[in-house]
Amino acid sequence: MRGNVLGWLVPGALLALLALAVAAPGLLTAADPLAADPMDALAPPGGAHWFGSDHLGRDVLARVVYGARHSISIGVAATVLAVTSGVLLGLAAGLSPKWLDEALARSFDVLSTLPELLLALLIVAITGPGTMNVIFAIAVAQIPNYARVVRAQTFVVRRSGYVEQAVTFGRSRLAITAGHVLPNVLGPIPVLATIGLGQAVIAGSGLSFLGMGPQPPAAEWGAMLSEARNYLRVAWWEAFFPGLAITLTVVCLTVVGRRLQRRFEGRTP
Amino acid sequence: MTSLVTVEDLRVSFGGAEVVGGISLSVAPGECVAIVGESGSGKSVTARTLLGLAGPGSEVRAGAFRVSGGDALAFTPADWRRLRGGFAGLVLQDALVSLDPLRTVGAEIAEVLAVHDVVPRARRADRVLELLDAVGVPEPATRAGQYPHQLSGGLRQRALIASAIAADPPLIIADEPTTALDVTVQAQILRLLAERRAAGTALLLISHDLAVVASIADRILVMKDGRIVEEGPASDVLSAPAHDYTRALLAAVPSAASRGTRLTTGAPRARATPDLSARVLAGTGLARSYGSRRVVHDVFFTLHAGETLGVVGESGSGKTTLARLVLGLLEPGAGQVTLHGQPWSRRPERARRPLRPRIQLVSQNPLDSFDPRHTVGRLIAEPLRLPRAGRRERVLDLLARVGLPPGTAARHPRELSGGQRQRVAIARALGPRPDVLVCDEPVSALDVSIQAQVLDLLADIQDEYGTAMVFISHDLGVVHHVADRVLVMKDGRVVEEGDVTEVFARPRDPYTRALVASVPRPARADAAWIKPGAGR
Repeated sequence: MRGNVLGWLVPGALLALLALAVAAPGLLTAADPLAADPMDALAPPGGAHWFGSDHLGRDVLARVVYGARHSISIGVAATVLAVTSGVLLGLAAGLSPKWLDEALARSFDVLSTLPELLLALLIVAITGPGTMNVIFAIAVAQIPNYARVVRAQTFVVRRSGYVEQAVTFGRSRLAITAGHVLPNVLGPIPVLATIGLGQAVIAGSGLSFLGMGPQPPAAEWGAMLSEARNYLRVAWWEAFFPGLAITLTVVCLTVVGRRLQRRFEGRTP
Repeated sequence: MTSLVTVEDLRVSFGGAEVVGGISLSVAPGECVAIVGESGSGKSVTARTLLGLAGPGSEVRAGAFRVSGGDALAFTPADWRRLRGGFAGLVLQDALVSLDPLRTVGAEIAEVLAVHDVVPRARRADRVLELLDAVGVPEPATRAGQYPHQLSGGLRQRALIASAIAADPPLIIADEPTTALDVTVQAQILRLLAERRAAGTALLLISHDLAVVASIADRILVMKDGRIVEEGPASDVLSAPAHDYTRALLAAVPSAASRGTRLTTGAPRARATPDLSARVLAGTGLARSYGSRRVVHDVFFTLHAGETLGVVGESGSGKTTLARLVLGLLEPGAGQVTLHGQPWSRRPERARRPLRPRIQLVSQNPLDSFDPRHTVGRLIAEPLRLPRAGRRERVLDLLARVGLPPGTAARHPRELSGGQRQRVAIARALGPRPDVLVCDEPVSALDVSIQAQVLDLLADIQDEYGTAMVFISHDLGVVHHVADRVLVMKDGRVVEEGDVTEVFARPRDPYTRALVASVPRPARADAAWIKPGAGR
């Protein structure tokens, strides 16, 4: 934690707040995110509604707080899925015979030529909208990021002295893979996953904005933006706050991820 | 002109910790002075300080410090820069890190010529070729255009020496210049340095190996813990060492004379005679190629219970490939390895796996062979097939057997010294009670005295358990000390084989003869002062 302490503190505090919003949104706001009150529609930020109210009179603060749960869980679920499959596929490629490794490696390459969001959109276009489909689409688009790193690490580890030594102990391939190869290829993953989580959140919001994700009236930041854009000229707050939430989340995750990356550069975490 | 470099009461400290504690030395023109000591003795720091390269965070004090007739304590960085290369050339151990990987060897040498303005620009290219020729690089015109990684270790070291002498300095400082090299190449480099000295260049040689400096030094300074414990003319220091530490250093050098004794104490070894009726391991017609390159070709060998088979040869002779064939890590292209008369290399992996603990490996660099996440205790426990309850006890037994305290089990190998790591590697290999221990250069990364301890440990283990050993080394002295029989390998073939004393005393093959002739001779064999118990 040497150097710029503020650089850790600010994103750290914001991410903690975010975690709280996901875990216990009721602690941050008393209002119901779905309770509409047409009489109170499009009220500017102020005493009753700190972030104002939207076109149906729902409290924007409550919707942003409760929306964290949707947006973040899409991001987390997609990242977990992508990391798990990426690690397994990368490991499989790294340990496979050459032809299979080539086939897997080239498919990772092809997947990574397409921008993540475009690829995810393509997949959702095939599978149809829905939260699960969005998670699946984002995960598939991110798999190559993890798989390529793990594959390269696997090549290093499988030729290492300690793996060779384990062979001379008479340990089975499975035991060596589980006991030595897998734990030693995971080194860069936590850092990559932190950055990847930011990307997944933004991709999730993007797809929701296009109407592919959680369906109304669910509060989701991307979906809120989408609804709000019709009122942008009369009620900036309806779009501004969910937009700010997305931006801050992604910036914080990326800053933390990059900082971790710089700290661990050149050595295994 | 009197001396090139004079220091009195030189002290160098880093953050309050004194690394060099008050040493005095001087180097006269045309003289060869050697500083001998182990890692951490402060010898390299001393050498670097003489060039103003003590490093960041260092504090240098001295009663007197004169370099090239000037007061070095008052030198500015610019003064130092003029002296480096111009007054003193520096040759380091590993030319691969000392030479810029992105520049050709020729460009590297030309830079020295340009900086010190030795010859006019138009003559520089010619001068580079002359220098490469002078240090014995064949085809200098081709070599000058090559990058460091394209050259062999010996050629790289020559190129580095060429750049060190490019500005024709009156002094060369060489820090372990031959440590990474094979014996024959080492002999060539030492000869080259001796030639430079004959031509009038003074030489300050730093080494951990007394045998290396014996052939070339006029005066020897023995350093320990930042101080000089003994100094004097080379012949005196080598034949009649006054200090216990020097004696221990000399006694620790394994050689023909030390056979059958313990290196650390000089006491005779309680050796069980190898059981020549029990053939443990045999190789018949072994061959292996990588692509079209034959790495091992037509190798036959046998190993009996309790016997040590030495394998000597230079880098690239196929020693390590042979070890991998023996360990069953590589399938031979032709021929086979048998264990206790049963097929080993031709056994399917599934059937071989349960037998694998019979043959264990101790490698050159233990850190590479340890999973970086594991503690010593976990590393040693890995090959043991024991229920959890008995495991810890057995790990502690093994640690005690190799002379490590029980507390080591909880530590990470990174925190241990090189010698301790090698002990851990040996403890781990002993765990499954193997019939054969394959030792691939187990001591070549260690200082002489640590090497002596590890060799003694291996000998004790053999005496106690009757383990057969395949002992691979490029160091003939080490092999002569430990082995009963020896295979001499060159370009993947066995050029000579037989009883170790016989082969080294009366080599039949010209290559073996060249190898034996290249070994630097310490004075031990004829030294009268060696008594059991000397030095420790």
